[in-house]
Amino acid sequence: MSPPSVIGQPISRVDGRSKVTGAAKYAAEFDPGPRLGHGVVVTSTIAGGVIATIDTAAAETAAGVVAVLTHRNAPKLPYREHKADVDPEDGERLHVLQDDRVHHHGQPVALVVANTFEQATHGASLVRVTYHEEPALTDFGQAETRAVPPGARREDGGHPGETRRGNADAALAAAAVRVVAEYVIPREQHNPIELHATIAAWEDVTLTLWDKTQWVDNVRDEMAAVFGIPIENVRVVSPFGGGAFGSALRPWPHVTLAAMAARHVDRPVKIVLTRRQMYGSTGYRPHTVQRVALGAERTGRLVALHHEGIAETSTYEQYTESLLDATRLLYSCPNVTTRYRVAPMNVNTPTPMRAPGEASGLFALECAMDELAVALDMDPVQLRVRNDAERDEDADLPFSSRALRECFRVGAERFGWERRDPRPTSMRDTSGRLVGYGCASATYPVSVEAASARVQLLVDGSAIVSSAASDMGPGTYTSMTQVAAETLGLPLHRVTFELGDTRMPTAPVHGGSITMASVGSAVQAACTKARRQAFARAKRPSADLVEVLRQLDYSVDVTVHNEPDDAADHYSMHAFGAVFAEVVVDAALGTVRVPRIVGAYGAGRIINPKTAHSQAIGGMVMGIGMALLEHTVVDARSGRVVNSDLAGYLVPVNADVRDLEAIFVDEHDPHVNPLGVKGVAEITLVGVAAAIANAVHHATGRRVRELPITAEKLV
Amino acid sequence: MHPFTLERPRDVATAMMLGARGAPATEYIAGGTDMLPLLKDEVLRPERLVAVGAGVLDDRIELGRDGTLRIGAAARMTDVADHEGVGETFPLIAQALLAGASPQVRNMATLGGNLLQRTRCGYFRDVGVVACNKRRPGSGCAAMDGDNRMHAVLGGSDQCIATHASDVAVALVALDARLRLRSLDGERIVALEAFHRVPGDAPQVETVLAPGELIAAIEVPAGAALARRSHYLKVRDRVSFEFALVSAAVALDVEDGRIRMARVAMGGVGTKPWRMPRVEQALAGARCDGTAYRAAAERATDGAVPRGRNGFKLDLMVRTLVRALEIAGGQA
Repeated sequence: MSPPSVIGQPISRVDGRSKVTGAAKYAAEFDPGPRLGHGVVVTSTIAGGVIATIDTAAAETAAGVVAVLTHRNAPKLPYREHKADVDPEDGERLHVLQDDRVHHHGQPVALVVANTFEQATHGASLVRVTYHEEPALTDFGQAETRAVPPGARREDGGHPGETRRGNADAALAAAAVRVVAEYVIPREQHNPIELHATIAAWEDVTLTLWDKTQWVDNVRDEMAAVFGIPIENVRVVSPFGGGAFGSALRPWPHVTLAAMAARHVDRPVKIVLTRRQMYGSTGYRPHTVQRVALGAERTGRLVALHHEGIAETSTYEQYTESLLDATRLLYSCPNVTTRYRVAPMNVNTPTPMRAPGEASGLFALECAMDELAVALDMDPVQLRVRNDAERDEDADLPFSSRALRECFRVGAERFGWERRDPRPTSMRDTSGRLVGYGCASATYPVSVEAASARVQLLVDGSAIVSSAASDMGPGTYTSMTQVAAETLGLPLHRVTFELGDTRMPTAPVHGGSITMASVGSAVQAACTKARRQAFARAKRPSADLVEVLRQLDYSVDVTVHNEPDDAADHYSMHAFGAVFAEVVVDAALGTVRVPRIVGAYGAGRIINPKTAHSQAIGGMVMGIGMALLEHTVVDARSGRVVNSDLAGYLVPVNADVRDLEAIFVDEHDPHVNPLGVKGVAEITLVGVAAAIANAVHHATGRRVRELPITAEKLV
Repeated sequence: MHPFTLERPRDVATAMMLGARGAPATEYIAGGTDMLPLLKDEVLRPERLVAVGAGVLDDRIELGRDGTLRIGAAARMTDVADHEGVGETFPLIAQALLAGASPQVRNMATLGGNLLQRTRCGYFRDVGVVACNKRRPGSGCAAMDGDNRMHAVLGGSDQCIATHASDVAVALVALDARLRLRSLDGERIVALEAFHRVPGDAPQVETVLAPGELIAAIEVPAGAALARRSHYLKVRDRVSFEFALVSAAVALDVEDGRIRMARVAMGGVGTKPWRMPRVEQALAGARCDGTAYRAAAERATDGAVPRGRNGFKLDLMVRTLVRALEIAGGQA
């Protein structure tokens, strides 16, 4: 008799106890022995130029300092070519301490290694660097005029500079109703609470790294390339992540620095970046300016859609993201053009931050749709439902499943959308403050990558399942344990899932909402095979796996590599959602509060409603931040970030967060992957800022097109 | 962090001696909620750190028979805010304290330290920025034409426009608080309003404290008539744990729907906690109604100088003050 299904159950985190008791080990907490040295990075204070002099004498003689590395004495590293999915296709990563060139503020120019962290920190403060400063492009307004289409390598399939379906210009000119508007989103920073950290230790020719990363395998591959050593000689360990949101997708220069320094001083070296240093070295969501033009018939049918976006990137890498991708498929529209440009500047390279592209792009599109609803004098929900697409008109494929209309129906009902008086400034709360309701669509693509998993069925009746995956917070440990237990037919407590070590079977990046689909499918396949083997080897027939395992002389051990099928060639696969937000605005003081958000999502099968709900309301909290608070302030004169700490860079605190509710509508998608899951990480951020901005317009009659929506934009 | 020696004096005399003129570069530390970030960021690089928390400095909170409130400099923000007598007699002080920081910070931070906290100017706090007259006299001011959204519109000079970030100091200034300062030369009493200095051409000098001189206590004169009609209103980007864009401390003595006397100060707008005498004069004798509030509040921006991104504060000051007056005074 098999135990009751555990997939779909709200199981509490299997690693919860280890996290709250401190037993869970994060990168900086590993102990490679008493000889551990501490590295502290010295960063540039100009945006462009060359290093003129570096005076390391005072640092070198300071108490406890073991070594000071600069471009003058650092070993020249092979830096063999290495491009992963998470690297920009055009350009080349920063080669740390390999020459005297400075590309941006916050670039590492020296590393001080000392016996203690405090000694290294003090030593770093004693390094004196002078520069030959050169003119640098640090003002987005200037860089924008020199923006370029994404490079050739991005044109085939990536994020193209131009796309066109029908004739949007002509259709727009002929449209009965038009909306044209520009939207600005400032640079935003991931700001995970766990600081980026790496410990590097060499043993002869092998390198072990304990690293904060969303992808151990790629850290291994990149370090092997950078140091010109075989992949087998590198091991990367990362069992826990204290948040990342994309900031730990790529190994940043400090990872190379730790390994370089450890070899240089012949002892393990730990580097923990400071909060301030993260602003200049671990990427960010790029500043974007977007222009949207919509044309519609009086009935609300879209006839023209033009969407263009310009984003900042660095001078040495061309970061692009799916800024305009969703625009091409979210609604049915015969005439669509998109235009994408990137503006190289003297800044560090941006990197994916939760729902990269979609979060920004759909802020613009969904605000414009709200403006169109106002222009049409039409309910914003109705407008979206009217333009719902039957198939992906961009890829010319059917959707594997699409629950947008159902999400709007369920979400609107739960939210109480029918109570909305459509006239701006018409609703007030009991203390006389303005109330607004807003909504927005959300979507995010579903991808599945190849992944492997190993299953060991032990003769004591327990199972150990592993894959080199990550868990930066969503609950990978828990959901994979559920999939394994369900597939094996074992109770949860008999299954242990392990992740975060390159010695485990390979896994794809822990990003883009693909972990559940990719690693989950591999776990499912491996467990199916292992169970079959166990029963085949059973000495006495039994339906109970535990009983079967106890008869075995030696354990079952299978590793399965799972490749996605060709469903993506036949179906357009996306999650869809509808977000509803209520705001309360103090019109005299310009303050906006968000008492309520309801999101309804068609995200396929939900493995664990509890962790999925947590992840979803986390996305909403981030959306409140995006709408009202988050803003990396870059001084346009220098390119230096002005608010590089958590006192200056505001994210929501508990008092900003009130009632959040995520509803997962019933959705059975037989095409996406064997588990039927779509992923919920990214989509739950998408649309939130637009819903809030639209609610602010409904409350106040003011259309704020530049985030964050702060007091001065409303008074 | 620059290496320093930590001194833990057993009494206040030793503490004062350790910081007196001629001693190595010394900073005092009490709760440490601002000092530690400043040390870690190397904004401050003292040779010597002298601990002056409870045990060295007085942390008692006493309400005298005459109604005078006396707060020892080492009293914690939480303890003052929770003190029954403070809540009843000076609700403005309790409100301002609870509007500041977070519970965790308030549990550590002292009142003396709160008055001496340094500005939140991002250019001041980042030593990677060269131009900061407050940190490096004569180096210039990056905020003047830079990101000055949070900066002061009152009391600035062409050297510095950094805002004083304390909330409770605004309430205390409104209530005519005075400080007992102690040094080896003895004790002197300074009005809180005269304690902080405007930057002028020496923005690095922020108070009238002499080397080795310490705040011993804060005294607030009896103000029973003002207690019932007072309010601290703080407008900020985030609901909690964030500094003021604009704040207003208002206390009114009202009789028969008319204001006999008003005490008004504002935060987030000045290079120090900013008393508003012209607003007070305009309110004196006025009726408690919206027209009078607005007319008086408009005097708040007299002499205000916007510097780019902080221009919105002028309008917001008036709106904030009107709202605070409405809450405190009601409508006659």
